Amino acid sequence: MSKITYIESSGKSHTVDVKNGLTVMEGAIQNDIPGIDADCGGGMSCATCHVYVKENWFDKLPKKEDGEDDMLDMAFEPNKFSRLSCQIIISDELEGLVVNVPAKQS
Amino acid sequence: MINTDVLVIGAGPTGLFCAHQLGLIGLKCEVVDNLDKLGGQCIELYPDKPIYDIPGIPECTGEELTNQLIKQIKPFKTNFHLNERVEEVTKKDDKWLIITSKKKQFLTPNIVIAGGVGSFEPRKFSVKDSEIYEDKSIFYSIKDKSIFQGKDISIFGGGDSALDWAIELSKSSNVKLIHRRDEFRGAEASVKKVKELAKNGIIELHTQYQLDSVEGNGSINSINIKHEEGNIKTLKTNFLLGFFGLIMKLGPITNWGLNFDKKTIKVNTENFETNQKGIFAIGDICTYPGKLKLILSGFHEGALAARGCFKYARPDEKYRFEFTTTSKSLKNRLGVKE
Repeated sequence: MSKITYIESSGKSHTVDVKNGLTVMEGAIQNDIPGIDADCGGGMSCATCHVYVKENWFDKLPKKEDGEDDMLDMAFEPNKFSRLSCQIIISDELEGLVVNVPAKQS
Repeated sequence: MINTDVLVIGAGPTGLFCAHQLGLIGLKCEVVDNLDKLGGQCIELYPDKPIYDIPGIPECTGEELTNQLIKQIKPFKTNFHLNERVEEVTKKDDKWLIITSKKKQFLTPNIVIAGGVGSFEPRKFSVKDSEIYEDKSIFYSIKDKSIFQGKDISIFGGGDSALDWAIELSKSSNVKLIHRRDEFRGAEASVKKVKELAKNGIIELHTQYQLDSVEGNGSINSINIKHEEGNIKTLKTNFLLGFFGLIMKLGPITNWGLNFDKKTIKVNTENFETNQKGIFAIGDICTYPGKLKLILSGFHEGALAARGCFKYARPDEKYRFEFTTTSKSLKNRLGVKE
């Protein structure tokens, strides 16, 4: 289990325990956190699970795989801290991770 | 007005296989889809990605599965209405009247919604006033390129559509290509060509920029683009083109009086009928206790919904259960020679 914090665009914060091995996207869906759609179900095919990773966390995450940046091109207002949350797998190293959820996904 | 036994909304794997089941039991169906091709998410999102859980097919891609499904329904000569979205559904006596985005009308006792996560639509700019200028100064697809002649065109995106149109329109307009990062995901040859045109001053290239705002009065005169670090540039612009791929949107389905649970429609598991008589929902768009969003579940749901349609399309006939291996009438419909 790792504690993950999701902050909605309104500022509302949700901290939940997510099982290691799940993705940050799955953690959001299982805990009914608004703002993450995940239309394609985790296939890196739709860019509707876009999050902004807190600056101090961004470099600690495993690097993006081929194709993730291509999908992020299509996300709503991506920036340099953008990731697809379906591609971030939770492990002990990510205890305390904070991500911001965009105002919308499309 | 097209009269039919069943209107199927969505030509993904679930909709296609439902057309098969309908054809097999002798019902005529018409299929409407907002994409320009058959296959739904399989063809739009993952044509090259392998699928490993279709019964009896150890491995196939989204495109291969689509092609096999198309082949399987060939005998039924199904009519497809592509590039069309169903806009209105209204009750007319004991039938449903359907109107599409191209103003086509259908009259039918049955609708099967196999709409996946919604219809595919272009992702749009989100800046203030961008909706006002849509189809005047802002476009997400190009129908008539002659309007761009000699104008200032700002193209946004990093994929093939953005690159191809930048190259094409640079022959007769002032093209600016804006992309949020330095890398482009389009074909290597097109990326090379764009960079060459930029080097020769034919295309203006602005990378690490995104749209910040549009300015104009009736039509756009200029746009502001913003760098990741915050600085802003103003570009003289008559037309804005956005190529950010497609997104799935539920759209008008939510206005048809159906019982929604979040973005899915509640159905019974006997025949996948919704709370509206004669409207069925199958595949990713339906929900019921234990629902799995798998293609194989969509096939099962389509088979049962087809039988549900039978009783409204043929109220005076009794549905007869038969196997394709042994039934003469089914083989006839399939065009199989004994």
